[in-house]
Amino acid sequence: MTSLPGTPGPGTQLTPRDARPAPPATPAPPATPARPATPALTETPSARAIPAAYRHLAGRSVDPVGIEQRAAALASRSVKTVAKDHALRTAISLLDLTTLEGSDTPGKVRIVSARARRPDPGDPSVPSVAAVCVYPSLVGEVAAALCGSPVKVASVATGFPSGQIPLAEKVREVEHAVAAGADEIDMVLNRGALLAGRYSEVVEEVQRVKAACDGRHLKVILETGELGGYEMIRRASLLAIAGGADFIKTSTGKLPRAATPPVVLCMLEVVRDVYGETGQMIGVKAAGGVRSAKQAIALLVLVVETLGPSWLTPDLFRIGASSLLNDLLMQVHRRESGVYQSPDGFPVD
Amino acid sequence: MTESSSEVLATSAAAWDYAPAPESRDVVTIRPRYELWIDGEWSAPQSGEYFPTVDPSSEEELAVVASAGAADVGRAVAAARAAFERGWATDHAGRAHYLYRIARILQTRAREFAVLESLDGGKPIRESRDVDVPLAAAHFFYYAGWADKLEYAFPHGTRVPHGVAAQIIPWNFPLLMLAWKIAPALAAGNTVVLKPAETTPLTALLFCDVAREAGLPNGVVNIITGGGDTGAELVRHPGIDKVAFTGSTEVGREIARSVAGSGTHLTLELGGKAANIVFDDAALDQAVEGIINGIYFNQGHVCCAGSRLLVQESIQEPLIAKLTERMRRLRVGDPLDKNTDVGAINSRAQLERITSYVRYGIEDGAEIFQPDCVLPSHGYFHAPTMFTGVTQSHRIAREEIFGPVLAVLSFRTAEEAVAMANNTRYGLSAGVWTEKGSRALAVAQALRAGVIWINTFNKFDPASPFGGYRESGFGREGGRQGLEPYLHLT
Amino acid sequence: MSRLTVTKTNKLFIDGSFVRSESGQTFTIAGDRYPRASRKDVRDAVRAARAGYARWSAQTPYNRGQVLYRLAEMLETRRHELEAACSGAAEVERSIDRVVWYAGWPDKLTQVLGSTNSVAGPYLNYTTAEPTGVVGVLAPTEPPLEGLISRLAPVLAGGNAAVVLAGEVSAPAAVVLAEALATSDLPAGAANLLTGPTHETAKVLAGHLDIDALDLDVAGEPGYLIELERLAAGGVTRVVRQRATEQTLGCVAAFVEHKTVWHPRGI
Repeated sequence: MTSLPGTPGPGTQLTPRDARPAPPATPAPPATPARPATPALTETPSARAIPAAYRHLAGRSVDPVGIEQRAAALASRSVKTVAKDHALRTAISLLDLTTLEGSDTPGKVRIVSARARRPDPGDPSVPSVAAVCVYPSLVGEVAAALCGSPVKVASVATGFPSGQIPLAEKVREVEHAVAAGADEIDMVLNRGALLAGRYSEVVEEVQRVKAACDGRHLKVILETGELGGYEMIRRASLLAIAGGADFIKTSTGKLPRAATPPVVLCMLEVVRDVYGETGQMIGVKAAGGVRSAKQAIALLVLVVETLGPSWLTPDLFRIGASSLLNDLLMQVHRRESGVYQSPDGFPVD
Repeated sequence: MTESSSEVLATSAAAWDYAPAPESRDVVTIRPRYELWIDGEWSAPQSGEYFPTVDPSSEEELAVVASAGAADVGRAVAAARAAFERGWATDHAGRAHYLYRIARILQTRAREFAVLESLDGGKPIRESRDVDVPLAAAHFFYYAGWADKLEYAFPHGTRVPHGVAAQIIPWNFPLLMLAWKIAPALAAGNTVVLKPAETTPLTALLFCDVAREAGLPNGVVNIITGGGDTGAELVRHPGIDKVAFTGSTEVGREIARSVAGSGTHLTLELGGKAANIVFDDAALDQAVEGIINGIYFNQGHVCCAGSRLLVQESIQEPLIAKLTERMRRLRVGDPLDKNTDVGAINSRAQLERITSYVRYGIEDGAEIFQPDCVLPSHGYFHAPTMFTGVTQSHRIAREEIFGPVLAVLSFRTAEEAVAMANNTRYGLSAGVWTEKGSRALAVAQALRAGVIWINTFNKFDPASPFGGYRESGFGREGGRQGLEPYLHLT
Repeated sequence: MSRLTVTKTNKLFIDGSFVRSESGQTFTIAGDRYPRASRKDVRDAVRAARAGYARWSAQTPYNRGQVLYRLAEMLETRRHELEAACSGAAEVERSIDRVVWYAGWPDKLTQVLGSTNSVAGPYLNYTTAEPTGVVGVLAPTEPPLEGLISRLAPVLAGGNAAVVLAGEVSAPAAVVLAEALATSDLPAGAANLLTGPTHETAKVLAGHLDIDALDLDVAGEPGYLIELERLAAGGVTRVVRQRATEQTLGCVAAFVEHKTVWHPRGI
């Protein structure tokens, strides 16, 4: 088992991105004998979709009550004073500022991009966000607006949010977004194939999209609210990772059930297992339904207590949200001024 | 400031030690001196003797508390007897109302009780706030409903309360154990004389204030404080009809000896050395949480703690790796800090006992793991400890340590696991972790213990009977079955 | 010349076998010789009961009920012998009917004593009635047969194994009862019957750390009972005192443990 980075003690060095161990070409055999996986994964041709190194991880069960209680217990962590200051700024720095509306216009995404670079022009201690996330048609606009800034351009793709378009169309859409200047692609996992048990198809699709990304960061959206349970979230996570995902992402944000703490915890645990077995560091993006600073901080706590604080970099953790930024900023101002803020003190966009 | 500040911010690990988040002590007022609560009023001990109670996290004296002698015990028993004879046993609806009131007052004053519990006993405020106090209130609420429905609980024959119950409770869950004792006793129509543990009397004494606020008739609940001698006087007092004790097996034996032949009804809830069995198909991450909760909850001061971890050999390596990582995340320190996972050891004596068992573990050849945690310089603290390579013959695998010390043993087959689990003189609780239903049920049936947690651990509820087999004692607390020890059924 | 009758050698009943006392000692009741159980016989009987408990408790409750009913059948076929060993036909009939009454309990105990409990959380939580284990029974001396059966039957109905000290005056009844037990399909060791004075053997039994419960005859001499209870305290042995001929659910419930099982409920 590989030890988690940052866990042995307070003085431990963090692992910067370029120090990540490269994923082994042929995944190393697991440190322990492979556990019997669920029959669906080991005994069908589809099972081979999952590399041997992860196959037993995919068969591992999740107790729903246990994971929900663990998430609830971590939600009761009290993050106050200087720890809160730090958490609020960290959350902003991990934000994928998102606008995914049919009514999005070039003007709208330019405003969003401006806020992404300088979330609070009056307070230079507030960092820029990690990325701006838009539909492919607006990538060019955003790329221009973010030019010269460290803020990444992210684009949803592959028939977002349902993913119900032919694979060739998905690939074309990704190629378009990349050509328009996207640094990151948020694809949707083929849930239809997944729920029908066509695991190879799921993985192949991720592989094709990954190839089309041409080196750009690939986030794979699992849409956990449609998967029916934690075991399937685990399985979907591993299939996405097997296909080459750099990140696994909870949701499209288009469903009411989205990035709940136990779902995020479940995915973090998969990432921890994969790291333990192969040394590969996969990122997690929580998206959908995260509106308050309190929720965002609770997510950061989940990461810290599952994978360690070194996982809280934009390379390994993101929060996708649209309205969250204002609440984070309100909390930052509240901390600095000691006075509760009015929403009207912050721009609506 | 440039836009690249995000990198600096995001990589500052130290900030994730969280800032101190202490719960305020101001919600509770501790008096410098406490008397005995007899017949609805405070009364000085005839001996004139008092003893101190300290905050185990700082070794600071919190108050002095009266030490009840034989004469005081006699007064308390007489008050309880008089209250019993004033019609307490026959006013079923009235009893229900009083118990409901107590439950509601406990909920209203929950913060006060939680802070006082953590101060006097050393347990993390997260636990006293989220577990001890809410469960204590729930217990009163549950038994309130039984008080006027006893004929539904035991429909056949007659059911008569014993009379005066002597109740002696331990220091690990002071208020919760008070609730476990007083609620069913009163619901069944008994009156009580309760003695809290010597090191944790304060929440029981605060409870007197709740009894007064609820308008409970004088003498129905009497709280007398003191050490082992007070307890011994109480259980052998001839005016006692029923003795209920929670504590160590040694003291339980002594009590059983002292009431022998007297016809006094007796229930005992004693020690344990629970096996927590993890099979190779278990949901590992949740099993890890269950193991952690099983042994480090309340610093391991739990009679039903999962102190023996039995792991199927084929998953020992990944499980221990996960456990080790998880133990590194445990936050040991100030019990009043809302982020503390493991608080203070209850007393110096208990800390010494734990330390000596850790020494035995090393001497017997087991391998020790403790995370690098910085323990506070004052107070009684012990790092969460795990021993691997333990065998059934090791003292740490046989004897109850009552501290944050886990002994890990491995097994190959379910039969072997059951045999190892049952190879103890105790039989209070056990845990089973497997995703296979038939195996879970079969193992649960084969384990000789009163509470079996499948895919969970250390869960409690007023509706759920709790109590042991064998030397873990007899009688149940909780549920309909928990009424039975307080009634004479014919 | 008339035929010489074949006389029965009375024996102890341990581990399903009829054995002489290890001590070789006997005592006499109404001119008949009976084995006088020793400390070592008690030791052997407890060991047999521990093994018998494993067999008996592993049977289904339905099966245990049928075995107890068969015990009633076996007693009925010996009613003449039994009548001679006690106060007569009425006592024998009461005793047999008592066994029949208890034969109906094994598969109802969990339904009556157990429960499914509504806890405030996502869990299935249920309580079942399980046997306590090995029970030492100090049988009442009077009435000889009814007293023995009234104490033994509920212990067996609960799924426990028993070591019964039948004493002296009940020895004739105990011997016939043992023969009925031996032919009732009860697993070896589930019931063990020892005859002889109990003053010494009762102390050995009460203090034995491998018995789980002790059923004391309420009619015993107080000082002696206190001593036995103190001995039992050493092993946290449950002590039960019931009237000689009581027939209640409480007699079974006294030798039943409540086991509560939790299991999460979630998707």
